[in-house]
Amino acid sequence: METFDAFIVVFGSGIRLGVPLILACLAGLWSERSGVVDIGLEGKMLVGAFAAAAIAALSGSAWAGLAGGVAATIFVSLVHGYASIDQRANQIVSGTAINMVADGLTALVGNAIWSQGGRTPQIPATALFNTIDLPFAESFGVVPILGPIYRRLISGHDLVTYFAFALVPLTYWALYSTRFGLRLRAVGENPAAVDTAGISVRRLRYSAVVICGVLVGLSGVYLSIAQAAYFQPHMSAGKGFIALAALVFAKWRPWPALATCLLFGFLDALSIRLQGAILPMIGPVPVQAIEALPYILTVVLLAGFIGKAIPPKASGVPYVKEV
Amino acid sequence: MATEAGKSAPAIELIGVDKSFGPVHANRQVNLRVERGVIHGIVGENGAGKSTLMSILYGFYEADAGEIRVNGEPVRIRSPREAISHGIGMVHQHFMLVPPLSVLENVMLGAEGGPLLAPGTAAIRLQLAHLAKEYALEVDPDAIVGELSVGLQQRVEILKALVRGAEILVLDEPTAVLTPAEADQLFALLRALKSQNKTIVFITHKLREIISLTDRVSVMRRGEMVATFDTAKTSPPELADAMVGRKVILKIDKGPAHPGAVALEARHLKVRDDRGVLRVDDVSFTLREGEIVGIAGVAGNGQSELLEALAGIRPLASGEILIDGAPPPPSRRNPKGVRALSVGHVPEDRQRVGLVMPFEACESAMLGFQDDPVYGRGVLFDRRAIIADEAAKMEAFDIRPRAPLLKTGSFSGGNQQKIVLAREIERNPKIMLVGQPTRGVDIGAIEFIHKRIVALRDAGKAVLLVSVELDEIFALADRILALCAGRITGERRPEETNPQDLGLLMAGVAERAA
Amino acid sequence: MSAPHKPLPGWADVALIPLVNVTAAFFISGLVVTAIGENPFEAVRLLLVGALGDLEGVGFTLYYATSFIFTGLAVAICFHAGLFNIGVEGQAYIAGLGAALACLYLGFLPGYTLAFVAILVAALFGAAFAAIPGYLQAKRDSHIVITTIMFNYIASALMGYLLVDVLRARGQMNPETPTFPPGGVVPHFHDVFALVGVNWPVTPFNLSFLIALAAAFSVWVVIWRTRLGYEIRTVGANPTAAVYGGVSPARITILTTLLSGALAGGMAVNVILGEEHRLILEYTAGFGFVGIAVALMGRAHPVGIVLAAILFGMLYQGGAELAFDKPKISRDMIVVIQGLVVLFAGALEHMFRAPVATLLARRAAGPPI
Repeated sequence: METFDAFIVVFGSGIRLGVPLILACLAGLWSERSGVVDIGLEGKMLVGAFAAAAIAALSGSAWAGLAGGVAATIFVSLVHGYASIDQRANQIVSGTAINMVADGLTALVGNAIWSQGGRTPQIPATALFNTIDLPFAESFGVVPILGPIYRRLISGHDLVTYFAFALVPLTYWALYSTRFGLRLRAVGENPAAVDTAGISVRRLRYSAVVICGVLVGLSGVYLSIAQAAYFQPHMSAGKGFIALAALVFAKWRPWPALATCLLFGFLDALSIRLQGAILPMIGPVPVQAIEALPYILTVVLLAGFIGKAIPPKASGVPYVKEV
Repeated sequence: MATEAGKSAPAIELIGVDKSFGPVHANRQVNLRVERGVIHGIVGENGAGKSTLMSILYGFYEADAGEIRVNGEPVRIRSPREAISHGIGMVHQHFMLVPPLSVLENVMLGAEGGPLLAPGTAAIRLQLAHLAKEYALEVDPDAIVGELSVGLQQRVEILKALVRGAEILVLDEPTAVLTPAEADQLFALLRALKSQNKTIVFITHKLREIISLTDRVSVMRRGEMVATFDTAKTSPPELADAMVGRKVILKIDKGPAHPGAVALEARHLKVRDDRGVLRVDDVSFTLREGEIVGIAGVAGNGQSELLEALAGIRPLASGEILIDGAPPPPSRRNPKGVRALSVGHVPEDRQRVGLVMPFEACESAMLGFQDDPVYGRGVLFDRRAIIADEAAKMEAFDIRPRAPLLKTGSFSGGNQQKIVLAREIERNPKIMLVGQPTRGVDIGAIEFIHKRIVALRDAGKAVLLVSVELDEIFALADRILALCAGRITGERRPEETNPQDLGLLMAGVAERAA
Repeated sequence: MSAPHKPLPGWADVALIPLVNVTAAFFISGLVVTAIGENPFEAVRLLLVGALGDLEGVGFTLYYATSFIFTGLAVAICFHAGLFNIGVEGQAYIAGLGAALACLYLGFLPGYTLAFVAILVAALFGAAFAAIPGYLQAKRDSHIVITTIMFNYIASALMGYLLVDVLRARGQMNPETPTFPPGGVVPHFHDVFALVGVNWPVTPFNLSFLIALAAAFSVWVVIWRTRLGYEIRTVGANPTAAVYGGVSPARITILTTLLSGALAGGMAVNVILGEEHRLILEYTAGFGFVGIAVALMGRAHPVGIVLAAILFGMLYQGGAELAFDKPKISRDMIVVIQGLVVLFAGALEHMFRAPVATLLARRAAGPPI
């Protein structure tokens, strides 16, 4: 029973840690599938987190915070989009710049307003996305095995979390069952084919960039006003890059992205849990080993040892009309 | 052999279409009239302006001047979307397909019929089934395009156009990537389409196809539309004549050749391109010291891959290359090793392969020979030696401006080519591979370059010249090999042949008795 | 045909456009400062005073600049080969491990030979760590940008483990190694100056600066005066021509990343051997990423890199002083400036070409009569 309890705790924790990854990963998916490489997910997540926390703290409304966070991130996304699509810039450099500016700016502005070293004050619960208990959580919770699973794993999350999970089938559906999704997948592989079919490559890519902005903004919103109750500098702590790793690992597909992000979240939760724990035959597990696992796995994948990770063909290549 | 009397308006009419790209006048006052329900061929050599003309028709470019009429109505076509709306469909030479997607998805792209795919998918499935029955255009709608053969991929391109309601179908060099069997299937399909009153415009340089497939044929030469014939009333020689024109062949003073020992021998070479398609299909020839062998062929018939294989850049699929009687050891089957065997290489594409545009001229002049101690005995380069070396070359080859430190990209095309030539020729190699030496080069430099190539030969070097310019081949070569679809279709001495005869060999018409 | 970038006279290409780009970055930074309620000109004044106002400031400025020269060179040499090495942060970190291991386990070496050996080992460790992504790119086509990002985190995790659990000095609370023996350090400038009777305030500024300058000069020599450099530049400028010219892009990729990692190790020399004298956690403090800004701003040329490194050194030192006087303009402002430099000098580097070309053309045409 104790192991089951432990499992529930870790798994629940893993879900919470995985949510920002899912959102950021899907954001990256939309962008990269259209051919715009985005390594600026980390910076955008910070921007979204800060803007959401700041506005929630100042306005007292979680929804205002969400709107603000998403709006700010869309703006940053458009900067990256403009650089990548219209200026045909090196998209990696652009993403790197965004990470740097976001990292500094979010801390700077936060400090300028509240003088707490970049931290926002604790945001009252009224301005947060609080956990929701699904119907019958309490009463059903006494049922063995299924009960705790329902009460603590399925119920008890906030709106953003539920939305993140809903977003996966939504993304899948949009990508594979809509006209927009088809065109987007095409433009990431062969923009010339899209162009000659009479469709605007530029418009498609800008749309993708905006969608990316919305989703990664939400991941930031989750960090600061759902999972936590404040913003502090460097809060994203590399999650944007883990999301990128997850995207590669999932080979740019929605359901594998969900699985990978949950896996990485689980590993994160496990590393916290295993701190100081002693495993048979291995001895004390270095927490850093588990921390590094997502990154190591991604490198192994990229090296071609567990199948090939082939990105969208036109990924990172600015489209220049050439006949 | 028009199917209907001229009462109905022509499907396409181009009137006075003119288009320039900077100094390049791609289309000069082109007039074209394509009747409805007819297969109309357009022939011309490389650079004649055929593709540009069709790109204008399809809305990729807008003409600088001139008018387009579709079914008698003047129209403006500013984008592919507008072209499609006028019933014009295009099958490009390089397919506009998305390999990871299915046939169905590729066909639907741009013609989805609504924001959700499901209803459109059902409708297009029906259409595909109907088209399959109508024209024997069988393709599995759920197959992944990237896994299909080239011939089937082309079918998908055609289906794309038909599904969008194309009444006029333009095909740009469609058989360039097809096997003969696939080409026959394509022709059957085109004839079937014609019987349904579709209009077909067929761009090619292969005269055999024109004769067998088309009803009418227009000839383009150097940007102009020079003639239009009823196919039944013309003949390959007449067409070749119109394609090539009765121009004065650049004459240079060339003494007789005195070929010596065999320097290079190619035996049954087969070479594949980057996509795995066989481009050189069993080519054999010998190259002797003191002679220039010219390989004449329209671009895209395997000469690029042949040159790359000889230079060690591209591996052989099968066959043997013998240099000085022996095949190079495996360690030498690369550009560095081939150079060490005294083989020089002037590549066809100087900007992409032969030079480094951002480098100073003297640095580009080292490419391939950077390890030579003349450029610096120890670890460091001797800048003075490098600059002096290039200055001397510039003097010898009249490269202007005489600025070894100027960026390679700042030189004109002709001078860039001279930089490459100077580099390769001054090395005094025994064998020289030369590809398109005067492409994009002005007249004055052309004469100079030709003289230097002949000088090489007179000095006892073995020169292999690959060129799409027949004047050049006739001016320089001692022996001419015609290349078509990766095979040598004939060998001639320049005095035994003429451009028309050679044109036929290059175009794949059966070899005629000399 | 695709439109090439507008042609500009040579001097505009090399000097004016970069200047315009950097000015744009600083201008936006000024706007940010204004937006948070401070006077940008006052901020600049305080920054300059803090960086160069006294010898102590100068010392710190040059100390930071030394690290930036190394990381900038590391990024730049990869740029020349057409590679984007974002992993300098991790490579410098691992190089520090090399320096520490040498100092801790080779203490029997006499005097300053220990320091020399430690420098070599640092370079070696950095090179090896960089060569892994380099090899993966060269032989297995793994995108070097993603792998180097991953390796930064792997380095962080690895070093965290080593410093907390393995290398920590006995009885020490902080995750750091024991202090190095006296021969395993690079002397400070203030000590050296004291030997000749010159009074210089105590700063972290140490002789690694000279090594950095030597490294910058060496990089210049290698890139533009050796065959290896020629091959590197050819692969970076035109891989197809490189193959034609008998150069192996794979071999060059690996060699370049080796050199890059070795240069990143220079930062370990400056910070670990030169100032800290022990290995501490996260000592790289983001300086590997500053290297990207320095390399872009310096246009991958050693002279530009040294100048850009000094500028960023001023920003970091002056920024610290500025944050002291104006708490609202915290040290994060410097990271913002850094990011804007990367944006304008890197990503948007051609954005101003058209307006500048028009302006120059208009001036050349003369005023309307």
